[in-house]
Parts: sequence; C-alpha cells; structure tokens
Amino acid sequence: MDYLLTEEQIMVRDLARKIAQEKVKPIAAELDAKDEFSWPLMKLLAESDLFGVYIEEKYGGMGGGILELCLVTEELSRACGGIAVSYAASALGTDPIILMGTEEQKQKYLPDLASGRKIAAFGLTEPNAGSDAGAMECTAKKDGDHYILNGTKHFITNGGEAETYTIIAMTDKTKGSRGASAFILEKGMPGFTFGKKEDKMGIRPSATRELVFTDCKVPKANLLGKEGQGFILAMKTFDMSRPGVAAQALGIAQGALDLALEYSRQRQQFGRPICSFQGIKFMLADMAAQTEAARGLVYGVARMIDSGNTKVTKESAMAKMFASDTAMRVTTDAVQIYGGYGYMKEYPVEKFMRDAKITQIYEGTNQILRDVIANNLIKESLAASKK
Amino acid sequence: MAIEVIQQKCVGCALCLKSCPFAAIEMVNKVAVIKDNCVACGACIESCKFDAIILRKHDEGVLPEEEYADVWVFGEQKKSVIQSVVYELLGEGKKLAQKRGQKLAVVLLGDKGIEKQAQKLIQRGADKVYVVESPELKNYQDETYTCVLTKLIKDYKPEIVLTGATSIGRSLIPRVAVNLKTGLTADCTGLDIDEEKGLLLQTRPAFGGNIMATIICPHRRPQMATVRHKVMKEAQIDLKYKGEIIKIDAKDFCLSACAKLIDIIEAIEETINLTEADIIVSGGRGIGNPENFKLIEEFAKTIGAAVGASRATVDAGWIPYSHQVGQTGKTVCPKIYFACGISGQIQHLVGMQSADIIIAINKDPDAPIFKIATYGIVGDIFEVLPALIKKFKK
Amino acid sequence: MNIIVCIKQVPDTTEVRINPETNTLIRDGVASIINPFDTYAIEEGLRLKERFGGKVTVITMGPPQAETALREAVSLGVDEAVLLSDRAFAGSDTLATSYALAMGIKKLGEVDVILCGKQAIDGDTAQVGPGIAIWLDMPQATYVKKIEDCKEESGKKVFRVHRMVEEGHEVLDVPLPCMLTVVKEINEPRMPSLKGMMRSKKAEIIKWSAADIQAEEENIGLDGSPTQVMRIFSPEQRKGGEMLHGEVHEIADRLQDVLKELI
Repeated sequence: MDYLLTEEQIMVRDLARKIAQEKVKPIAAELDAKDEFSWPLMKLLAESDLFGVYIEEKYGGMGGGILELCLVTEELSRACGGIAVSYAASALGTDPIILMGTEEQKQKYLPDLASGRKIAAFGLTEPNAGSDAGAMECTAKKDGDHYILNGTKHFITNGGEAETYTIIAMTDKTKGSRGASAFILEKGMPGFTFGKKEDKMGIRPSATRELVFTDCKVPKANLLGKEGQGFILAMKTFDMSRPGVAAQALGIAQGALDLALEYSRQRQQFGRPICSFQGIKFMLADMAAQTEAARGLVYGVARMIDSGNTKVTKESAMAKMFASDTAMRVTTDAVQIYGGYGYMKEYPVEKFMRDAKITQIYEGTNQILRDVIANNLIKESLAASKK
Repeated sequence: MAIEVIQQKCVGCALCLKSCPFAAIEMVNKVAVIKDNCVACGACIESCKFDAIILRKHDEGVLPEEEYADVWVFGEQKKSVIQSVVYELLGEGKKLAQKRGQKLAVVLLGDKGIEKQAQKLIQRGADKVYVVESPELKNYQDETYTCVLTKLIKDYKPEIVLTGATSIGRSLIPRVAVNLKTGLTADCTGLDIDEEKGLLLQTRPAFGGNIMATIICPHRRPQMATVRHKVMKEAQIDLKYKGEIIKIDAKDFCLSACAKLIDIIEAIEETINLTEADIIVSGGRGIGNPENFKLIEEFAKTIGAAVGASRATVDAGWIPYSHQVGQTGKTVCPKIYFACGISGQIQHLVGMQSADIIIAINKDPDAPIFKIATYGIVGDIFEVLPALIKKFKK
Repeated sequence: MNIIVCIKQVPDTTEVRINPETNTLIRDGVASIINPFDTYAIEEGLRLKERFGGKVTVITMGPPQAETALREAVSLGVDEAVLLSDRAFAGSDTLATSYALAMGIKKLGEVDVILCGKQAIDGDTAQVGPGIAIWLDMPQATYVKKIEDCKEESGKKVFRVHRMVEEGHEVLDVPLPCMLTVVKEINEPRMPSLKGMMRSKKAEIIKWSAADIQAEEENIGLDGSPTQVMRIFSPEQRKGGEMLHGEVHEIADRLQDVLKELI
C-alpha cells in the first residue's frame, strides 16, 4: 500500500529498516535470551539521528512528527519489539516536555534527548495505581524552592537506563486527579533510586524497573506546567504516544507475518510447500489484511496529530487498541503456521508472540481504551443531538 | 574496439539487455544503445538473433616488435621454502610451454643460499631458474620484489608470466603489470593456449563465481596471470630432469624500499593449514550458533581433519576468517569434504567442488549442496555427527 | 591529513546468475551497491580523520549512475566526492582504471593516504589498488587489518600497519604518502545518519572527464586496456551422487564403509 510518504519520511523509514535488519535482527534472539538492555544499539540509533526524528530542529531534532516516530518504531519492531520499546519509551518520556515544557526546560533537556546522548522515561504507574491512575500515592510536597517527592513508580520502561524522567506525583491529594503535577527528574538527584528490575515474558531487551523516591529534592524549576496539570498532561501525552505503541504492535505483526510467509513457502508437507494449502492461504491473507488495516489507522492518526489536531484521544486509542489486538492475533497465527517448530525457542517466531502481548496491556489496557473510545463516542453523539 | 548496434537491424527485442553482464545496454526508442560502462565482452553479440550487434575493431593493435618467448613462473618462497603453489604453476606452465614450443622458467628471489632450492624447481620441470640472492630479498617486500621482477621481465622478455594468487602474488604482480603496461588476469582457474593465435586463454570466475569469463591479452606482452592455489595439479617430480641455473647479480637492481617490514607474526590458532588438508569438515549457518562449532571440531579431530566454514558463519563472527572456504575465502581440494549445515551457495561451491568426495549433511532436502555432493544425507547434524563420531572413534 | 578513498559501484553479485537454457545472465532486480570491501575503506578513512584530523575525499570511476554510490559515501560523513565519468573511459580494465583513478587523485593535489577495499566483489581482481600505487610511485601495504599509529620519523610521517598474510600477519612501517588496501577485519562500518543523508542529497559531486584529469588517450578506456573478455559462460557444475537414507546408525555404517580406505 502506498501511504504517500514524503522523501524525508521514506529516508527515515529506510534507514530504520536498514539498522533493524542489519544490526538488530541478527542479535534479536541473543538479546532476548540475555534479558539485557542494549546500549550499543541505542548508541547506534543515536548516531543515526533517529532519536530526534519527531523533535523540532531548533532543539537539535530532524523536525518531523509522530509519523516519523511511528515509522522508526515499526521498523525496529519488525526485528525486535524490545529494542523498539526502549526507543519509543524515550519519546514517551520526552513528549510531556514538548507538550508543556517552558522554553528554558526545552532548551535544557530536548537537545540531549534529540541527539540520543540521553534517553528518557515516563513515570505514572504505581503498584496500586494501574488503570486507576487517580489512585496514585506518590506525593510531591512544596518546600521553599523545591518539591520533596516520596513514593514508588513501577513497571517503568527505560527505568535505571534513562537520564531524564518525567514523573507524575500528587501535590494535593484532596483534589484527586486534579491534584496531580508533573516533574522533570534527573538520574542522580538525591533521594532518587531504582528498585526491582522486572523479569518479563517479552520485550526482554528493554529495561523495566521500579523508581523509588525517598525525600527526593526536585527544584521548583523542574515542575512541568502548573501544579494540578499533571493528570491532564499524562492524558495528552498518551494521546501523542499511543500511536507509537500502535506502531510497535504493527511492526511486531509485520515481522511475524514476514516470518510466517517465508516459512510457509519453504516448509514442505505432503510433497508441497504448505503455503499452497488453502488453510494456510486463508490465514496469511487475514494476517496481511489485518496488519495493513492497522497500518492505515496508525499512520492516519499520526498524520492527524502532526497536522496540529489536538482532539485525538478517541482515534489514538483506536489505533493502539486495534494494532495491538492485531499483533496478538497475527503473531499467534504465525506460531500456528510454524507448527511445532513455532513453539520452540530455536525458531524466531514465538518471541514475536511474547512481545505482542504487552502491547495490549501498557499505555492503557485495551479494555480501558475501549472505555475511552466508547465514552468519546457517546459524548460526541450527545453533542450532536443537542445541536 | 567497440560494440556497435546496427540500428536498421535492431528490432528492439531487448534480448541483449538480459545477456549483458555489466548492464551496459539500454533501450532508447525501441533500439538498443550501448552505454559507457561497456567492456566489449561480446556477450550481446551472441545473444542477438538479428545480427544487429557487431564488434568493430578500430585498429588491430600490433604486437611489440621484440621477440617474447618462454613461460615464467614466480617462485614464491617463505623462509626459503618453495611454496606448493609454485609446483602447481610449474605443472600448468609446462603444458603451456609445450603448446608454444617454448621453455619453462622460474624466477627465484631470496636470501643468500636460495640457489640451493633451484634444483627442486628443475626436478619439477623448470628448464631455467633465474636466481637473485640478497639479504634484502629474504622476505617478500612490495617495492624490492617489484623492482627486481620488473627489470628481469624487461631484460629477458618472457611471453607468459604466472604467479600464485596468494597474498604475495596478488600484491606483487599488479605492480609489475602496471610498470610494464601490460595485461593481467587475476585468480585464474583455467589456462590454455589458443591454437590459432597462440594467445594465452585465461579463465576465471567472476560475479562471486556465478559466471566464468575467458580473458585474453592480444596486443601486449608478457601475458600475465595469477592462479588460484589448489586448482591445478602439482608437477610430478623427475629427478633426472635437466635445467639451467642463471644467477644474476643483485647489484643490478635497486633494492632500497620506503616501507619496512618490522615483524612477521604467525597466528597460533591455525594449527592445520586448510588448503593443505586431506580431509576438511566445514560448518555452515545450519549449525545454529557459534558454540556448535565445537561439535564440528570434535568430529574433525576424530578423523584428523581441518575445520572449514562458510562465509555466512565467518560474517556472523562465529569463526575466524582463516577458516573460510569459497570465492572470497580459500580454495581447497581435499580428498574428503564434509559440508555440515551448508546450503551450498555458488560462492562456497567454487571453493570446494574439486574435492574428490563431498559429503553433505543438511536438514533441507532442497539445499543446492546436494546437487554436487557425492553422498547426501538429509538429516539433523546434531544426530548425524555424534553417530559418525561414535562410529569413527572405534 | 588528506585521505582519499577509492570506491567502486558493483552489482550485488549474490544475485547474478546465468540462465542455463539460454546461457544469458539473469540480472533482474539486481541492485547496485558500494563494493562491500570498499565500505571498510570508507570507514577507515573516516576514522583516520577522527584520529588525525584532515579531510576525506571519495573517488570513483564509472558511468553517471555511480553518483549514487558517492552520495551514499557522503551520507556516512565523507567530505568530498569525485566522479570520473567519460565515454572515453568505457571498457577500462584494471590497468586503465588504475591509471584514470591515479590521474584523478593527482588532480586533487596533496595526498597523504589512499585507501582501497582489498578487492571488488564483481571482479575479485585486487589489482587496482596496487596499480594506483605504481602510477603515483607510492609505497603500499595490501590486506591491512590495522593501522596502529602514525609517527614522525626524520621529518616524515610513517604509518605502522598490520597486514594479513596466509600464516598470520606482518607488521610494516609505511611512509606517507602511501596506498593501503584494507580487509574487513579492520573495522565495523558505521551506519549512515539522517543528517548525513540530508547533506548527501544536496552535496555537490565533482565530475571530471578524461580531459579534466589530463588523461592520455592511449592509457584509458579500451585503448588503455590490454585485456579483453573473450567469452563468458556458466560454470560447470559437478554432478550429484547418491543420497543416503535410513536410520542414523545405518548411514554412519555406510559412510564408514566407503571412507575406510581414506580415513
């Protein structure tokens, strides 16, 4: 399908594809087994200028948008979902600064993040506040020129590896979600430490860790936006970042489809390649059509955001939900096409199935997203009927 | 000389486009047009069913007036030991010399005392051995060797000069060829004499071994070629063969060099020289991961074989380059070659298909390696090799 | 340090085949790439610049479309790119090619080091690098796997290099200016960067004709090429033999039987 990408976008995609296929794919199995964050690959992505594709040129980026970010994430995911999420999660940590950072904050943080000299992470989820983010327990108390943070964030992608963290904490618990505020934290700030490193089912080369704040002193200048805007900022961030997760899921689906297609041409049973059987053909056709539909949705939403549209909550949620459900289906079918071999770790396809699962869970479970989509639908319908 | 298209005859069938190895033909207004990168190989002439492509010879070129005669072989030595490729060149050179009714000669450069090796060359059929002895010639060095060989060729005018396609041969001979402004064909796997014109026919693989090309050097002399090690058969030893040793004073040459050889460090890992091994066990990508080379090594050890590898495994960093067999690695000619988990890409095949017996073990029944294997086994190398190890250990 | 890297645009040879029925080449969809060995030369050029400062110039001789190979080199960080292109160069063999490149390098002015890949994958000749060294009267080192350092010796800069040979490697001191051909063991080529790719799109490629580099007619193109391709053909394929079937131990028995004389 031709998505009428610009010359620059094609350049971005092709470079990401080259790196993914030549540098990531050959070591994907090894990275998965080692369960280790790959700084060499992050450095490679940084040197190729890929970390800054969606950041403005004046901050050292390439001046592209969410579509460029999605193209890179998709290509990386085709080789390894874990590497892709390390890359995309840095954007997730950077988005709040782009959305609500002051000029000073942008000047201070964006150039290093655009060049990939540093990577970022985003901290919202807590042990007792998952889908219910409003139940957050992490607090930030104003104390002169500083805020004092106490509490724990967990399941934080790039936790421990990132230098720059955007953290949501409660400045006024009595106000519920309206009492949340956002802060920029730096690794090494006094009272900011790291807890448990998670042992995950998939996306294993990505770091997932606990962030622990014990009387962590954060300068007032590091407050993002105003006090009380933290929750809104988090939601706006997700509007921007969900197409990225969707692109990750899309890449995983495409990668599994690539493998299944190749295998079905080579694998012989009953004296002919299994791709000549209708049962397999139908599966391949469905997998390809679903993947392409996901791509259309993802690119469409990314373009909507890049054109300046800010009311994208519903569409963003749709893209993430649809692409991740597709990824789960397509990777499961890909394993099925591989048969017994597909179940074995010796073959690459089962990893895609493990990597796909998380995309249905993080940045809003697909159940929450359905809720979000339906709420928006009802709201729009109400508004229309009032006119 | 140039390829030309007779426009009136060209019907625009585009057959010639497919035949061109260099993509040097394009269709413009339904007529074939020869582009700048044409090397006049003539492949298109044969492909044209309408005789619309011709090779126009500008001027035939004239052979130099001086008489050039004899077939020369460069007598590569290391630590004063004649390298076996020289004996292969003597075997092949003899045939060429006989066809031309000329003498076979060797150029032997080395340290004082290298003359002692000359008799070995005569026993392999050399009619003449030109010897230059000097401490400066002890080890191969680009500049000194270039200078001596260039001058010897200028003085004695051989018709053909052959060198092994070794790291020495391939560094030295292009320099000499440019000095003499003559033609050089690299890495030949076949040599012959064109009976009609007496030209040296030099056949070599190109495009990674996917095609073969026969190359000639019609108008300049000498005709020079490097020849792949282990492709030609060594000359037989004939203790009674008579030849002449011609010693040339090293003072006749400029033996100073800018580049200085500081040290030669021999690699320890290479216990068995791959090219000389009688049995080779090679592993390919099908072995799965670098650790599994241990199984290959174990089997090799059991039967006293050397370990080889495909390009894919070397590129992936599983095993050092020195083990690589194929077009860009080593050419081998063992009695038995085991190909384990090697699919058999053409560039691998060109390096090992002259083995006496090839045994291929591969999971994929359609692997191209089975098309050339003496014995093919479709199966898992992790089952087959342990069984063989057990069997041969007894 | 003025660093020159010679490159060649080649077809991706792994895809070139002869159709056994028509005896013609199947070249459909074969992409043009920078000769893989030359990518190590480009990388080493960039690394020398990073170590010693200076400028990296990449040069190639070829048809106008070879420009894409030069632009790719620019995207990796090369400062300047030169294309020698002229109908008169057509049909050059290694002698004529090394002459044209040498004349092009001469026109570039002062040179400290010329880097080439060890050979090109389409021809595998390994002759052009050493040829250039002779035309320009420079010392050389082939199959270089490491450039250890660059020191001053009686007012002259000298590279200490390691070159691969069959039984290990040699250590050589080579005074500048010199020509080095490099093997893939020397480095790991970098990936292009987006900024580099943007720059390469706009970069000006210097284009020189035979007259621009004052090449003598008798030394270039077909006239300057002593060798001619007489014919091309498919390599002869060895015939396949017997497939061994049965249980693993039966196969092992059979093999031991046929090989017992030899092992």
